[in-house]
Amino acid sequence: MSRYELRFSGAGGQGLITAGIIMAKAASIYEGKQAVQSQSYGPEARGGASKSEVIISDEMIDYPKATKVDALLAMTQVACDKYSHDLKEGGILLLDSDLVKEIPKGNFKLISFPIINTAKNDVGREIVANIVALGAMVALTGQVSRENAEKAVLSSVPEAFIELNRKAFSIGFERAMAASI
Amino acid sequence: MSKKVAFLQGNEAATYGALYAGCTFFAGYPITPSTEVAEIMSIELPKIGGKFIQMEDEIGAMAAILGASLTGAKVLDSTSGPGFSLKQELIGMGCISEIPCVVYNVMRGGPSTGMPTGPSQSDVMCAKWGTHGDHPAICLVPSTVQELFEEMVRAFNLSEKYRTPVFIMPDEIVAHMRERVVFPEPGEIPLIERTTPTVSPADYKPYDTSFGDVPPLAAFGSGYKFHVTSLNKAQDGFPTTKAELVQAEEERQVRKVEGNADDIIEFEEYQLDDAEVVVIAYGSTARSARYAVNVAREQGIKAGMFRLKTFWPFPYKQITAMAGKVKGFITPEMNLGMCFGEVERAAQGKVPVIGIFRVDGEPINPDQILDKIKGVK
Repeated sequence: MSRYELRFSGAGGQGLITAGIIMAKAASIYEGKQAVQSQSYGPEARGGASKSEVIISDEMIDYPKATKVDALLAMTQVACDKYSHDLKEGGILLLDSDLVKEIPKGNFKLISFPIINTAKNDVGREIVANIVALGAMVALTGQVSRENAEKAVLSSVPEAFIELNRKAFSIGFERAMAASI
Repeated sequence: MSKKVAFLQGNEAATYGALYAGCTFFAGYPITPSTEVAEIMSIELPKIGGKFIQMEDEIGAMAAILGASLTGAKVLDSTSGPGFSLKQELIGMGCISEIPCVVYNVMRGGPSTGMPTGPSQSDVMCAKWGTHGDHPAICLVPSTVQELFEEMVRAFNLSEKYRTPVFIMPDEIVAHMRERVVFPEPGEIPLIERTTPTVSPADYKPYDTSFGDVPPLAAFGSGYKFHVTSLNKAQDGFPTTKAELVQAEEERQVRKVEGNADDIIEFEEYQLDDAEVVVIAYGSTARSARYAVNVAREQGIKAGMFRLKTFWPFPYKQITAMAGKVKGFITPEMNLGMCFGEVERAAQGKVPVIGIFRVDGEPINPDQILDKIKGVK
């Protein structure tokens, strides 16, 4: 079965639901695969633990939630503690190295870099940390091509922020490629 | 030319379905997890000369759509459990006065304000029994984002055809998840419009049963003057307590829906031909069920799924017909046994019914269903 499960987790307000939506849109609209995105979040507008899940498959997707996660992004320690229990053995674990210090035990492919600080210092705006993370997830999972993912990013952000997001995506993609070699 | 495709959230698809169906009036009181419907309607309706009103409360919104429908408009209100409870009095008026309207209710945890962001399927009985008195109920329970679009169009069609409120009730998972939607071309899904009078204004009666169980409905402002009341009424629309009139009208109102159950009830049969265990499911839970059925089949177990697309009228006849042929029914649902009870009625004791009930705000996962499938001997 070609079912592939991704989970984007962190704190409410970090833009991870958006990152999940863009990943699913890239797969569904631009890559021609099947994709479903869902989320769960608390009643808070910001803070709390939030997750966005994306299932990608060549076939019709029935159950829309993750069963055994292939790739997990955790942008906070709380999210990592709460959402890493069902990461598959050998699965991909992408962490923000400044915010997640206690790394879950297990046989995972661990990639870690300061995602939020990369957005702040290298891209220039902390607000695009979610797109840096998305670029990294695209590179690490290989479920959608770099070109299709970039198209999905650019068609999802306001006109005035296209260059900023293009740069964020690109830097995230490259950092992950470098980190995973 | 290829069709327009988009990656949409369930609530978004439902809203575009309503616009496709010809909805020109929305009134509501926004509430999680259905807020996106109000949000999009507030943007889209003014563009097509329609009206969007955010009312002072939920019952006010229900009143507004009933009034607007009587002017001939196709109308929508959207809400979630707590709002659905508050609307019930005027839903009853919609039923007795026979006013077409669609109420979109996203099911979240309850009772009361319950769990605003958690999924649930615990409003299905409220759709049938929430308002008091004998009355017809039509309730649709879609499973996919594409289906939300299409079923919203069907909800409008049924409401116009049978001159009655129709509920479309996705659970929070279906309402908030995103999938690809292929938009039908205009005209591709036929639209049904309410029957309007062929007689002169002087001869018109709003509940004239000589035209059948669904009397023609004139639009206010079109020259026809008539009376609408929430009391039991005679054919001319004025209140009556005459026993034989009230009895006949009450029976007709229920009959116009129950007597056309075959036209209204839709369902999907999945792997049922040789199935020995049948999962009866709806909404997002049917997606877990399909996953479980597929895994069971891979393991050589003859499992299948009967998926409800229409919850009310309930498909008793179809389920009773299966009951004599299978070893067990399984009803997974995000409530404490609402569909389960109806399936038990339909099963008539011929076959065991096994429930899987969850009200903790988490979806029913496929493994829970698979375990029960394996348990049926």
